[in-house]
Amino acid sequence: MNNENKKTKVEKVKKSFDKIQKNNIIKESKAYRVFSVFNMLFLIILAALCLLPLLQVLATSFSHDVAIKAGKVFFWPVDYGVDKNNNAVFFPFQFNIAAYKFMLTNSAFWTAFVVGVIRVVVGTTISMLLVVMCAYPLSQDPKKFPMRLIYVWFFFFSSLFSGGLIPTFFIVFKTGFFDSLGALILPGSVHVFSIILLLNFFRQLPKELDEAAFMDGAGHWTILFKIYLPLSLPSLATITLFTVVGNWNEWFSAIIYINSPEKWPLATYLQSIIIRKDAQLPPGDPNEAGAQAISQQNMIAAQIFIGAVPILCVYPFLQKYFAKGIVLGSVKG
Amino acid sequence: MNTKVLETKAKPIKKKNVMRQATLPLHLMLIPGIFLVLVFNYSTMIGVIIAFQKFDPVNTRGTLLSVFFDSPIAQFANHKNVFGNFIEVFRNSEAVHATINTIVIAVTKIITMFFSPIILSLMLNEVRKQAIKGGIQTVLYLPHFISWVILAGIVIQLLGREGIINNLFASFHYVFPQVNINDTGASLEIYKRINFLQDPVIFQPIIIITNIWKEIGWSTIIYLAAISGVDPTLYEAAVMDGATKLRQMWHITLPGMKPIIVLLLVLSLQGILNAGFDQIFNLYSIPTYQTGDIIDTFVYRISFERSQWAIGAAVGLLKSVISLVLITVSYTLAYKFAKYEIF
Repeated sequence: MNNENKKTKVEKVKKSFDKIQKNNIIKESKAYRVFSVFNMLFLIILAALCLLPLLQVLATSFSHDVAIKAGKVFFWPVDYGVDKNNNAVFFPFQFNIAAYKFMLTNSAFWTAFVVGVIRVVVGTTISMLLVVMCAYPLSQDPKKFPMRLIYVWFFFFSSLFSGGLIPTFFIVFKTGFFDSLGALILPGSVHVFSIILLLNFFRQLPKELDEAAFMDGAGHWTILFKIYLPLSLPSLATITLFTVVGNWNEWFSAIIYINSPEKWPLATYLQSIIIRKDAQLPPGDPNEAGAQAISQQNMIAAQIFIGAVPILCVYPFLQKYFAKGIVLGSVKG
Repeated sequence: MNTKVLETKAKPIKKKNVMRQATLPLHLMLIPGIFLVLVFNYSTMIGVIIAFQKFDPVNTRGTLLSVFFDSPIAQFANHKNVFGNFIEVFRNSEAVHATINTIVIAVTKIITMFFSPIILSLMLNEVRKQAIKGGIQTVLYLPHFISWVILAGIVIQLLGREGIINNLFASFHYVFPQVNINDTGASLEIYKRINFLQDPVIFQPIIIITNIWKEIGWSTIIYLAAISGVDPTLYEAAVMDGATKLRQMWHITLPGMKPIIVLLLVLSLQGILNAGFDQIFNLYSIPTYQTGDIIDTFVYRISFERSQWAIGAAVGLLKSVISLVLITVSYTLAYKFAKYEIF
């Protein structure tokens, strides 16, 4: 209550202060106004620089192979073709969707996409269950749960030290998950950082709640699922979204654990095509209309863009939660 | 009379029993997590024994942990002592190069990612129009969520032979004139396209700059949160006293950010051996191994491409041990200077 009063008071002062500045009761110096304009300009240019590479790749993906090779593509797509007088010319601002057409009818791409989605769904579900079930006991008062400290250190130490890549590889090999989805999901399924984030959040919840529930005969499972989880939805949403993004973007484990490329998730499939370029796609029947428009360049560009689309779709939700959730969890007090 | 009845009723529930009933579900909840951590994490700590063996995966017959005990200890194989693999690592010039590169790249990353977000968040804080500020933030945060595979793909496209940088140079080719003489003997001034990613000299700058591109926006979040926590009455008082904006920034905003700055600086100590595997693995190539190869990529190549598993495990163990020391030091310092507690 006291805290809230303080907050509204601070906000009031802030508002009145803004008003004073707006009405120019306190005049801003000319130098500051000049700085303000340049500051904003600089930041807008910085943001543009951040976006331009993405834009260029998008433009490349919609351009004709000849235009790309001729170096005509500058942030807008350029098509190539024959005009009325039968002269070969470039058509700026014209979209050529040949690369996308080829990509989206490619069965290898869709297989990888489906594997990627399955991996995200299964992996996130398992991870979140583990995080919740570990965070609750570890958030208990040490007086009620004396083993807490030992368990916390057990998990925390596992995040500090590991045997490294090679022993982990042989453990996964020997557990029999090799060449299956389990090898991608299980080894990294216990996110110690998320557990710590959530347990710190649980500890901020009022103790009276679970005491009252306990008096009414609720067990720990009931308290966890009926009281704690509904109260920590923002935190859970943040952790879930980060787990989803992490799972979707993870590409390395499939390279070492999965031998058959048809079992690769999309991230690994894209890595093999974009970076290693080893799974070169045949450009199809050369006589087919539009086949000449496809090249390594715009095909890769199209795949880069398609690979980024799912993240772009989740991004608004991420942005809504991350500032709150992460800052709340990581900076206490 | 009444009190006596109550007492006798209360007696059968012993204190110890209540405790045991209450904590059993807590232990149960932890079982799956503990099991997975034991199998995939603690067992690998036993697996560091590979680093002391003449390890050969062909020898592995048994189940789970026995994989680590089927190979002979290095002493009894062709090496002179147990640390044979480690001696080989120190003699391996590639490993030494990788270590130097790792530290150079990681330290440069730490320094650049220490100053740039502080400056950027101060600049963002001066933008008054919320819509513009929000728009800029949205754009700057975005690369953080896109994986290095995609971002490296973009970098390769931009810096490659047919990329936009070469196109730009080609359209202004007189900046870098290159005289070629064709078959007829006439000299032709043409621009020679190069793949910038295969130039070992500029590889490290590319890594540093693309890292800033990906992480700078995201790193400002925590500073902006600290700035919004500064008491606005302080600014009011400063304005009344005639402080300029620069003075306010120096004497109010920065001191307000100081605890977070100290904390992040101390925690960044942990990253000295992490130069960013995802980024470098996706960007480097044989011509840039000399300046771009880092410990993690070296471990991957020597184990998975050359099957020298024991050497890879030895390097990995050294890295893990040094990292553990660094993390311990950084958390101790963080607790000392910023009262930072993890759990």
